[in-house]
Amino acid sequence: MKKFTLGLIAAAAIAMPAVAFAADYKILAPAAPGGGWDQTARTIQSALQDEGISGSVQVMNVPGAGGTIGLAQFANQTKGDPTQLIVGGYVMVGAILTNNAPVTLKDVTPIARLTGESEAIVVPASSDIQTLDDLIAKLKADPGAVSWAGGSAGGTDHIAVGLIAKAAGVDPTRINYIAYSGGGEALAAILGAQVTAGISGWGEFESQVKAGTLRLLAVSGDKRIEGVDAPTLTEAGIDVVLQNWRMIAAAPGLTDEQKAAVTADIKKMAESPTWQKALADKGWADTYLDGDAFAAQLDKDIAATEGVLRDIGLVK
Amino acid sequence: MDTFSLLADGLMTAMQPMSLVYALIGVLLGTAVGVLPGIGPALTVALLLPVTYKLDPAGSLIMFAGIYYGGMYGGSTTSILLNTPGESASIITALEGNKMARAGRGGPALATAAIGSFVAGLIATIGLAFLAPTVVKLAIGFGPADYFALMVLAFVTVSAAFGSSALMGLTSLFVGLSLGLVGIDLQTGQARLSFGIPDFLDGIEVTTLAVALFAIGEALTIAAAGARAPDKIEPVRGSVWMTASDWARSWKPWLRGTVIGFPIGAMPAGGAEIGTFLSYAAEKRLSKHPEEFGNGAIEGVAGPEAANNASAAGTLVPLLTLGLPTSATAAIMLAGFQQFGLQPGPLLFATRPELVWGLIASLLIANLMLLVLNLPLVGLWVRLLAIPRPWLYAGILTFSTLGTIGANPSPVELAVLLAFGLLGYGMRRFGYPIAPVVIGLILGPLAEQQLRRALAISQGDPLVLVSSPLAITLYLIAAAAVLLPMLMRLRGRGDVLRQIASDED
Repeated sequence: MKKFTLGLIAAAAIAMPAVAFAADYKILAPAAPGGGWDQTARTIQSALQDEGISGSVQVMNVPGAGGTIGLAQFANQTKGDPTQLIVGGYVMVGAILTNNAPVTLKDVTPIARLTGESEAIVVPASSDIQTLDDLIAKLKADPGAVSWAGGSAGGTDHIAVGLIAKAAGVDPTRINYIAYSGGGEALAAILGAQVTAGISGWGEFESQVKAGTLRLLAVSGDKRIEGVDAPTLTEAGIDVVLQNWRMIAAAPGLTDEQKAAVTADIKKMAESPTWQKALADKGWADTYLDGDAFAAQLDKDIAATEGVLRDIGLVK
Repeated sequence: MDTFSLLADGLMTAMQPMSLVYALIGVLLGTAVGVLPGIGPALTVALLLPVTYKLDPAGSLIMFAGIYYGGMYGGSTTSILLNTPGESASIITALEGNKMARAGRGGPALATAAIGSFVAGLIATIGLAFLAPTVVKLAIGFGPADYFALMVLAFVTVSAAFGSSALMGLTSLFVGLSLGLVGIDLQTGQARLSFGIPDFLDGIEVTTLAVALFAIGEALTIAAAGARAPDKIEPVRGSVWMTASDWARSWKPWLRGTVIGFPIGAMPAGGAEIGTFLSYAAEKRLSKHPEEFGNGAIEGVAGPEAANNASAAGTLVPLLTLGLPTSATAAIMLAGFQQFGLQPGPLLFATRPELVWGLIASLLIANLMLLVLNLPLVGLWVRLLAIPRPWLYAGILTFSTLGTIGANPSPVELAVLLAFGLLGYGMRRFGYPIAPVVIGLILGPLAEQQLRRALAISQGDPLVLVSSPLAITLYLIAAAAVLLPMLMRLRGRGDVLRQIASDED
């Protein structure tokens, strides 16, 4: 009898946490602390906790190779566990293709797109280039003479340049793209007029553009940025729409009910005042999209990215 | 004068009793986490940042500054006492500092590091307050070709860390350069030497290599020596405090380290460790006791530590004036700013002066707090050396592994740590210097990327490398650094020998 009671207590002790922490989440940020994905994960963490959607949320960083290392670890270790989440984004789409990664976004359960950022094309204020047309004219005359500073090769910035060249009728393999380890380092090179033009997320350039040290030629989103006088690429005659979006995904092998429950939690989080305030504070655009619409958009993005990476010559 | 009154306002805020308590807590936490091998200031700050979220902006910034300085100082403490640098910027500190610690002079080494950090931090912070706009203009003028010239200069100075044999030093350096090739090439996105292992795509982590070569290699060497190991280290021989001669030999390196470190930290692609290399090389060349280098020269601790700290303040120049995070720590600081909904950039000084000056004042206060807290503790820290060897090294192995896994949780990282630990043991066994490997891993990729950027922008014209006055100046300094000692040796061999002889009296 005593043994049985002990067994009961032990069983209860094991079962208890499972019950009490049913709404707990673990979020994997596939990047080092401080970066965009890490900040996204930590903002989700505090929003989920502060809004009482989840009792306790842990964030873990697994940096490396454009998020593909974290993604691989996540896909392999969390199968069927509805408490596991991973942050990701458009950069991952490109990294999976260029690194020929064995684990792709098909191996996890994408839940929702959360935020997005337009790419911005800028030149130093001292440049003689005034409009996107000027830049495209130079590009057409001699693609090699136009040097573009942006993030790492094969990343969002590089893909955007490839798409622009292609849309302008310039051979994408001839673009002179100078990769920097991040938008910040590229910014220094652009400000110093070491390169012809710069391309990176709008947030990297925002304060410089407002201070008048950089000239914004165009943004890559589907609409203009509020309060900023610059056309979208489409308006300027280049048929390219590109957003560097961030998303959240769940573990592979979830049942439909589990997926719906996670989606409901994330939707509630994304609509909460805490999250909306964080978006405003950080200057992230709300691009919330879930369910089938997100899945369709994801497929479209992957196909387009694969095409341009082939054109640039980064994917064989 | 406006600058001055703003700074005074910031200091007033930072001096309030509650602020001082926050600074104290920050410094304590930072030091405690920072002494773990493999955990540098960036990771310390990242781990502890959430602690500051619940405070108001002023309190949060002050605690943040405390954590940051505590983390940096914790890193130098373990470098000096245990030869286990937790980050690339304190590798050079380990070279001389650990030799001093083994000779019973750990106390003065820790003290010169702490005071040097304070002096450098103070001067550099004042420099930040008054020179930031000028310095940033200069830093932006640095093109890829100029950076490449700076890397050439840094390579020339590496020879200072070679030890007795140039051939062995070069061998170590080339091991490091080869390791630097591993991973995705930034310019083309293609993987090099990754052998199909995804964890290698991002290259070899500098801290993992440093912890492996220094800490694991050291532990293996001690274990292998077994009973043949030298007698127990005496924690204190002579005074635990700096003597008059220590002071006399330290103050110039502090100032020189500051002058070298600050501008390099301010460059968008400089990096704290390059300042420490240059400072070490400069001190070795200028020292009246060059023969002590490699055996525990106090200048070799004082200079690089000051350079490290000055360059940390230097990284705030591009961060606050341009919004450019140029180091991992600066990136996390940016996150710290963003929690208050402000974006560092050229307008920050104009729009939110109270926060900027509050941060600068907090850094000063935290720096002072560190000194107040840690100088009395120096005596306690050096007692670490009195811990029986098996316990001490078991602890080092545990914390090195934990630190590495904490920063990068992957079995491959652990295997890399152990493999390089064995390499470190082998190199020690056969007398190869360790530091050039790490320096090669740091400088190699930087030099390569800058060279390729320069050539890509010029569309393949090599003349671009020598077409700017900055680059030419840097090459001339590099040439002088190589040629002058040779000339002096040829012309004044007698003088130098006489001087050495007289120093020995």
